[in-house]
Amino acid sequence: MKFKRILASVLAGAMVLSFAGCSSSSNGDTSDTADTGDTADTSSEGETFIIGGMGPLTGDAASYGTSVQNGAQIAIDEINAAGGAAGYTLELVFEDDENDEEKAVNAYNLVMDQGANAILGAVTSGCCIAMIEEAQADGILTVTPSGSAQDCTKYPNNFRICFTDPLQGETMAEYISEQGYSKIAIIYDVGNDYSKGINDAFVAKAEELGMEIVADESFNTGDVDFKSQLTKIKSSGADCLFLPIYYTEVGYISEQAATVGVSLPYFGCDGWDGVIDQLQGDTTNIEGATFLTPFVATSQDPKVQAFVETYQEQYGETPDQFAADAYDGVYAIKAAIEQTGGDISNEALIGAMTEIEVDGLTGHMTFDENGEPEKEALVATIENGQYVAQ
Amino acid sequence: MVIIEQFINGLNLGSIYALMALGYTMVYGIAKMLNFAHGDIIMVGAYTISVATTNLGLSPILSVLLSMLVCTVLGVVIEKVAYKPLRMASPLTVLITAIGVSYLLQSVALLIFGSKSQRVASVINVAPVTIGGITLTGESIVTLGVTIVIMILLVLFINKTKVGKAMLAVSEDRGAAELMGINVNNTISLTFAIGSFLAAVAGALFVSSYGFVDPYTGALPGIKAFVAAVLGGIGSVPGAMLGGILLGIIESLSKAYISTQLSDAIVFGVLILVLLFKPSGLLGKQRVTKV
Repeated sequence: MKFKRILASVLAGAMVLSFAGCSSSSNGDTSDTADTGDTADTSSEGETFIIGGMGPLTGDAASYGTSVQNGAQIAIDEINAAGGAAGYTLELVFEDDENDEEKAVNAYNLVMDQGANAILGAVTSGCCIAMIEEAQADGILTVTPSGSAQDCTKYPNNFRICFTDPLQGETMAEYISEQGYSKIAIIYDVGNDYSKGINDAFVAKAEELGMEIVADESFNTGDVDFKSQLTKIKSSGADCLFLPIYYTEVGYISEQAATVGVSLPYFGCDGWDGVIDQLQGDTTNIEGATFLTPFVATSQDPKVQAFVETYQEQYGETPDQFAADAYDGVYAIKAAIEQTGGDISNEALIGAMTEIEVDGLTGHMTFDENGEPEKEALVATIENGQYVAQ
Repeated sequence: MVIIEQFINGLNLGSIYALMALGYTMVYGIAKMLNFAHGDIIMVGAYTISVATTNLGLSPILSVLLSMLVCTVLGVVIEKVAYKPLRMASPLTVLITAIGVSYLLQSVALLIFGSKSQRVASVINVAPVTIGGITLTGESIVTLGVTIVIMILLVLFINKTKVGKAMLAVSEDRGAAELMGINVNNTISLTFAIGSFLAAVAGALFVSSYGFVDPYTGALPGIKAFVAAVLGGIGSVPGAMLGGILLGIIESLSKAYISTQLSDAIVFGVLILVLLFKPSGLLGKQRVTKV
């Protein structure tokens, strides 16, 4: 009997505790819904337009997401200071996706709960592809600043600011051909979709243009020894070296090329952004290298200079292409709001995207019905430890 | 001509694998455990050199000595904190702990230094040698030389000194060694100290050859070095040397003459073939298990 009574009181205690747990969590929920209610109210009054952003703010791709968040915030502050977009004040809510596909979907749901009217994201291709599957059901406008994989604009509601991987490969093939080179050596990362995508498109276009690929070498992500590939290239008769890879490996390859005795002109893609930092300013080995990039911080363009100045003031860093892409993404959304004259329904905004023109940091652009930007490719050269826009 | 150059490339890569493999094989041979954190101790050694030369402005020799000290102490601490309490546990538990230590070291390095790789100046100042149009860099010569010297010293140390013989006894039969008055705990700690010291040497030569360090520097080469140790016969010091050099040459030649995309598949294919015909590795001892 006594034992039963003790057991009963223990169980009762446990029940009370578990209720307490429930009520505290439901408190959290109600306060959340209250928040959402507020923002929904204000947007229905026609004052605030919420841009929901997502990207990696922690983890190994954290610098990309942080740049996007900062670049977008600068654009939004500017637009609001100039009186907003068709009567709307813009607001950015940004969630961390840790460059993880599942978390990107969570981040999407979080910004939707906060009343997002359009999506700026995701930052990385994999997350973007996962996120648009969710966004498709809601039919909301998504603009990815930097998701370069083909599938990032799979549905009619998806748009992007950056170039696709295949387009980068084709553009570089045309550029190298114009420079008068005809025997190309390539080293690419076979374990990376971005690198492989550019390589495949480059090879196809180069052959179409009558250039000869004398060496198409690869490596695996994480490799640090490229001497075998470089020795092969040395005896292949190549007249230039195309590296559609990230800047980390460019560092290794350029040093080892000097050791092996390969001294060919270098060409690269937008993954090269950051290579000068990587080499700590010593660019002797890659002097004169040319790469495709949407944005050069040292450009003479007054728009770019003003952006770089504001960015350095607020965040203490020089902005990269991710920040510039995000800035242009916000301006594209703003242009769409103005195009519809303040109709912020999903259909109206998506329809307006193909009618707008954006004169952005990464060039003058329009969008086609596939969601792809049409803009001029920028080419930068490395000279005396500086990126120089061509 | 090109084939000789590719051979030299392979030898260069192989001597780095060999040096790393010596650390794996040493710890496995004596303590009978796979120290998966070995590659990451190499990374810590490389970062120590980076900090010592760039931030503290130490001379190359002093920074290598500092790196040896840091790695040795780190190795002993890891052994005392993470592995010693598990001495009686199953080998699987220890293996998982080693993987945990490996991730811990990577994450701490990521926190302190960030994910961007850092450039490190070479600590080797030896002029390159050119013979008949083929250039051997100072780094290659020193790496190969150091690996051979360390291998010889290790063999002598294990077979000729009293401490070395104690290590052999511990590896043969821990219980019997204890009965003979050998301090098993100290012997295993010493093994880890030596293994970590070797990691520091490998770290110094690695950054000198490749010039960069990041938190994952030790991960992939560490796995290849482990494969080299298995190929040569894990537990055998000359085997680690042979396995490392072979692995480097096979990798380099298959990249050059077969396919860069298939080179890793070929390397691991060779490993499978060797293990099929000689399960204990090229120079490994055939173990007879009595039931």
